Amino acid sequence: MDFKSSDTLTSGTVTGPREQDVLPATAAAAVKIVIVGGFGVGKTTMVGSVSEIRPLTTEETMTQAGIGVDDDYGSETKTATTVAMDFGRISVSDELVLYLFGTPGQERFWFLWNGLFEGALGAVVLIDTRRLEVSFDVIGRLEERGVPFIIAVNDFPDAPRHPVHALRTALDLDERVPIVSCDARQRVSSRDTLMTLMRYLHSLALARA
Amino acid sequence: MTPPQDPLQDGKPDDADPRFQAEITARRERRSPVPPARPETGAGTGAPTGPGGGPDRLYILTGEDTERAPIDLVTLIVAKGDPSPTAQPEHSTLLRLCRTPLSAAELSAYMALPYSVVTVLLTELLAADLVHARAPVVRSALPDRSLLEAVMHGLQKL
Repeated sequence: MDFKSSDTLTSGTVTGPREQDVLPATAAAAVKIVIVGGFGVGKTTMVGSVSEIRPLTTEETMTQAGIGVDDDYGSETKTATTVAMDFGRISVSDELVLYLFGTPGQERFWFLWNGLFEGALGAVVLIDTRRLEVSFDVIGRLEERGVPFIIAVNDFPDAPRHPVHALRTALDLDERVPIVSCDARQRVSSRDTLMTLMRYLHSLALARA
Repeated sequence: MTPPQDPLQDGKPDDADPRFQAEITARRERRSPVPPARPETGAGTGAPTGPGGGPDRLYILTGEDTERAPIDLVTLIVAKGDPSPTAQPEHSTLLRLCRTPLSAAELSAYMALPYSVVTVLLTELLAADLVHARAPVVRSALPDRSLLEAVMHGLQKL
């Protein structure tokens, strides 16, 4: 039997965007914001609550034997892992489109998406106060990469609440990094969180000018 | 004392809320930015984009040596025309999908193909001059306040 690499590629099976999800032909440029956080912290919920399209998923596969090393193809030790990333979209204007990517906190998967953080306007680190420590590595990586970010505490009903200075101390954050609470399920709250990030980026731009 | 509406906004602990009794035991240490030009391990992780130099991971993976196509997740792709009857099915599907602008990420999602596969296909279509790539606006070294303001204006309308 022939090896068919195109099983999923036949035109008939691929459905494009719904009519209401089609971007205008004038859409000329796009920017991105990354929403990053631990598993189950509400990244996809936040993306979905503000996105104008139903959140989409892009996937990438990797093999644990290593990337770009194909000469042990077929060896039994190689297992494929699929890593998914959900994203949404907001048409800012007829020309400008904002994409929101929700990506897992495990930094080891970030490289799968070519330049996910390169060129990103900034990032929202979504945290759950019940599992604060899962965000430590993410925050450290963003600092290392020089990606500006804010902290958004997803306000789960049974999560402990901490005064903002205690959070700032625990997360060892610069005084300027905004810390806000949000309800990722609420469109307005998620929108306000993004606005906080944008105002922070704007203040950084002003300070640099 | 009236408890604040949102204790996180003013940083004052809300004594009436029992959830505030919990103490934070975890503690993180701050990191410094590292120079972006540091040598990367693995398949070109976070390769810097210099002048005219797009991300080059694709070519490390595929060994291709054609002209570089700086495709980003949010690069908007628009078909220049209809696919020829002899085009590969993957190419035909891509060209059909991007009659109106779609990002590389959306194309990956709609085609249910790994993002890296889509970027290879798009690179081929770009090389064949069958699609336009509208490059993403990147966070440049110089602040672009008007861009930030445009995004803020758009968010406010939500």
